[in-house]
Amino acid sequence: MAKAKEHPLKPFYSVLVLAFACSALVAAAAVGLKPYQDENKSLDQKKNILTAAGLFQQDVSVDEQFGTIEARLVDLSSGNFVEDANIDLTTYDQLGAAKDQDNGRKIDPATDIAGIKRQEKYSLVYLVKDGDRFDQVVLPIRGKGLWSTMYGYVAIDANLNTIRGVSFYEHGETPGLGGEIANPRWQKGWQDKDLFDQNNELAVSVVKSGTQSSPEEQVHQIDGLSGATITTQGVDSMMQFWFGDHGFKPFFEQLKNGGLNG
Amino acid sequence: MAESNKELLVRSVFKRNPIALLVLGICSALAVTGQMSTALVMSICVTLVTAFSSLTISIVRYQIPNTVRIGLQILVIATLVILVDQILQAFYYELSKQLSIFVGLIITNCIVMGRAEGFAMSNPPIPSFIDGIGNGLGYSFILMSVALVRELFGSGSIFGYEILATVSNGGWYVPNGMLVLPASGFFLIALLIWLIRTYDPEQQESQ
Repeated sequence: MAKAKEHPLKPFYSVLVLAFACSALVAAAAVGLKPYQDENKSLDQKKNILTAAGLFQQDVSVDEQFGTIEARLVDLSSGNFVEDANIDLTTYDQLGAAKDQDNGRKIDPATDIAGIKRQEKYSLVYLVKDGDRFDQVVLPIRGKGLWSTMYGYVAIDANLNTIRGVSFYEHGETPGLGGEIANPRWQKGWQDKDLFDQNNELAVSVVKSGTQSSPEEQVHQIDGLSGATITTQGVDSMMQFWFGDHGFKPFFEQLKNGGLNG
Repeated sequence: MAESNKELLVRSVFKRNPIALLVLGICSALAVTGQMSTALVMSICVTLVTAFSSLTISIVRYQIPNTVRIGLQILVIATLVILVDQILQAFYYELSKQLSIFVGLIITNCIVMGRAEGFAMSNPPIPSFIDGIGNGLGYSFILMSVALVRELFGSGSIFGYEILATVSNGGWYVPNGMLVLPASGFFLIALLIWLIRTYDPEQQESQ
């Protein structure tokens, strides 16, 4: 290589030319593949909603299965449905809204038991129809575990009390221990647990695996994961937060009189 | 000194394996070997990136000024990695979710840059391409061996198919929790290096 004879400007233009070629390639790929990527993301989300509702079938197209599900927007503080023509539900970015100055709020650290710092004003809820009545509602929840924020969906029966299923679609917990929150076998343990007691107080809890308790308590207790104490506590706090006064409780109050079909 | 293309391909797998002999690319070998499927995708990605970055750099090697060569190599590698990442996200979303940041981290995989700097800068395009494939295969060989042990004994399955029914799925096998954690890869890679160097003493470092 002719090192000594190199023109002093050569490094500049060779870098420029290559940088230009590379950036053109990257930009083309990013723009060209974007529609596929967005579609994948929304498919993945729908799949998780269906899984939580216990409706997911491997061999039927996700969009077809999602036909029975209606997305609505709920104002978390009042619990009313939001009818805003300006918000497109298919593109509403809930997590983005939480970070936004206008569409989210900072949670007072004293009440921030789920450790999520900011919360959105409006949350998406997914109503699952069975014929012309509503069968269940799927709600997005999230909260901090040991290493990461865990994101999931909980499906609640039309009686607004009984859990029908759960799914976690994103987390960074320890594989094999806390990571077992993604195991369908563990998620089965959530089914038929009741959120509220007779006095309409939030009673659901995620307890240490194998805890002995009375039958009245058992109906509210979800078995935690052994070997993953902090993840289990995180899931518990997440439930306390999202089904408490700052979560979906006001929404439930609004609907309570006639259940989901009222 | 000049080796035939076949030698270039085969020797990089065993005789001078980038992980076992040069001990490069350890980071991802630890991180993505928990499951065979992620290890396989990672292997394919690294092989492709190494091969094409070597090819590209070899083609333009006379145009690369000596003073900025490392920067230009990184530029080429980074471009290829972003392309791979974008394609994965578009067509193999599940896998790209599992690999998460590790695809992006191929940029920092020393094997890719090691081959670009050490081979492609001073050799014609075709041998460089083959050298890249060979080193990618060498990397894949170690990755898949480690992943096989880790997934079989750590999760009781191979490619996600249950072989040993684990206790948490109602079976009898109590999984080895340590193998699920990335650090266990250190032990397995060390054992592999030991095995390879015992079989082929030439690879041992002189005292």
